Amino acid sequence: MIFLWIILAIVVVAAVNFVGIYNSLVQLRNRVKNAWSQIDVQLKRRHDLIPNLIETAKGYMQHERETLEGITQARSQAMSADGVGAKSKAEGQLSGAMGKFFLVVENYPDLKANQNFLSLQEELTSTENKIAFSRQGYNDQVLFFNNKIQMFPSNVVAGMFTFKPEEFFEIEDKEKEVPKVKF
Amino acid sequence: MQIQMWELIAANRRKSWILFFCMGAALLFLGYVIGESFAKTGGLIGIAIAFVVWSILSLVSYFSGDSLILFMSKAKEVSHEVHPQLFNVVEEMKIAASLPVMPKVYIMPDAAPNAFAVGKSVDKSAIVVTAGLLSRLNRDELQGVVAHEMSHILNRDVRFLTFAGILLGSIVLLSEIFLRSLWYSGSSRRYRSRTSSSGGQAQAIMMIVSIVFAILAPILARLLYLAISRKREYLADASAARLTRYPEGLASALEVISSNTLPLEAANKVTAPMFIVNPLLKKKKKVSALTSTHPPTSERIKILRSMYGAGFLDYQSSFASVKPKASSIIPKSALRSKETLSKRASSIDDSKPKSLKEGVRNVGDLIRAVNGYAFLVCACGLKIKLPSNYKKPQVSCPKCNRNIAVPLVQVAAVVTAAEAAMKKKDKDGVFGVSVNSYTRKGKGWESFSCACGATHSISPVFSAGVMTCTKCGSKTQIKG
Repeated sequence: MIFLWIILAIVVVAAVNFVGIYNSLVQLRNRVKNAWSQIDVQLKRRHDLIPNLIETAKGYMQHERETLEGITQARSQAMSADGVGAKSKAEGQLSGAMGKFFLVVENYPDLKANQNFLSLQEELTSTENKIAFSRQGYNDQVLFFNNKIQMFPSNVVAGMFTFKPEEFFEIEDKEKEVPKVKF
Repeated sequence: MQIQMWELIAANRRKSWILFFCMGAALLFLGYVIGESFAKTGGLIGIAIAFVVWSILSLVSYFSGDSLILFMSKAKEVSHEVHPQLFNVVEEMKIAASLPVMPKVYIMPDAAPNAFAVGKSVDKSAIVVTAGLLSRLNRDELQGVVAHEMSHILNRDVRFLTFAGILLGSIVLLSEIFLRSLWYSGSSRRYRSRTSSSGGQAQAIMMIVSIVFAILAPILARLLYLAISRKREYLADASAARLTRYPEGLASALEVISSNTLPLEAANKVTAPMFIVNPLLKKKKKVSALTSTHPPTSERIKILRSMYGAGFLDYQSSFASVKPKASSIIPKSALRSKETLSKRASSIDDSKPKSLKEGVRNVGDLIRAVNGYAFLVCACGLKIKLPSNYKKPQVSCPKCNRNIAVPLVQVAAVVTAAEAAMKKKDKDGVFGVSVNSYTRKGKGWESFSCACGATHSISPVFSAGVMTCTKCGSKTQIKG
């Protein structure tokens, strides 16, 4: 009889644990999604700001058509990219194009004195930072989630309900580095 | 942010309670000796009065301590339009710290560079910076300062400091009132006339004890308070470096702030510990380490500059190399996860004023912007500042006498008042005005044309519901 009770107790404990693990996995996955939407908001904001920037800069930078076109192209590519991996690559390229643009701007004092341009530059710099900071948060959450679904015992539950590891939002080192200007 | 520094937060809470009771006990004892010095059995009445004072002050400091401090510092809440960069930087740090809500942003109209944070919880907090700080720091430096203040909010330092600051203030206040009442009322003479009886003699002794205690209590309370407040500054520096991944920003900001020679007018003994760099340090050059609310700024800069990365581990090892005798500064729980964070590169930014004159002008403009002034740039290059209650449709330039139209946002404010008055009457059906309408597409600058063909632009700050055409006088309703 006691033996039966013990088995019953083990089953109950296992069931409670099982539900707990499942719930925590769902919670973690939602956190990843939430963190991703934080990044998405900032990415969209950047896409919205860029046409204004190009419109303002066009008049001053006739000789930099290539740079401006590069941004426009990178932007449309980033906007059509789907999935975290493709998006992080395209957005990384856009960041690189923007970095190049702001370096070139240094040669156009008239543009730099334009009030409209200055406020756009501030907004874009800030958006760029916000992307970086929300990326930190997102990657933290992804790491936590991925660790959880690979480790015992939560990996058993994850396998049963097909929880898949999430992708990191990574920007290639080449684009991340701000080029240094030398005089 | 995985590391929430729970150990630190728990320790803060514990210390807050200990401090709360120690200071409360000091206050009660002060009440006792003061009461006893006035009458032989006045001690109990004194305790009762002190207890009432204590509970009232505790309640006040809990429910409105932050607004009191904001009021004392004359800071004004600002929106994104007044200083976009400051607002953006606060938002960036909010994201980095994954704070649930955005703290309120205040600007203090003062030329001395400094900053502080207040708030009783993480959800209800505010970050205050002076106009002088904004005009002197570049983007990275400002980010460092905001991150430092954000860390105070995150580590629950602000609640503690708000609370303790007001308790300390009440002890100082009580003892000062007592000492001054002795000085002015000549009450000591009144008691001396009764010293013939032995009871009177006991009272005279009590009097001396109370005077001594009234002098000592504020000092003791302050020492207790300071000992805890200094460690927090280091911790906030460490968190700021981690949040921004750029210790140099905070280091050079601290350098700028500490090289300042202007006095911060709104700061006093009570609010001083809340600032990022002690605003009162200038008056007394040699403050002993025991009575200083802040660690020496040069030491803080040195630690930040010798960090290898941007994580807590880096700060700890840098701290240990600069101050080899001091104990570990970062709680163990935060060091356990051996994360390696590399520093980021500096951002391209040259928003610092080029000359002293420009800096002073920037401060002036900023203070005006905080107070709701509008700025117009004349074709001759002069910047005209209009107070918010300027009502005429145009202004003539004091330098070149050109007439400049006041932007409609300014006029609109006047129009809205008239409009509101009209609407009031319209309820009774006096006016049957039909208005054109325009729906806003977004929140940026937009333009629309009036029925008569004139084009008007709406600024992002435009909040009035109706705009009156300056040409034909017809009204257009702005929706959205």
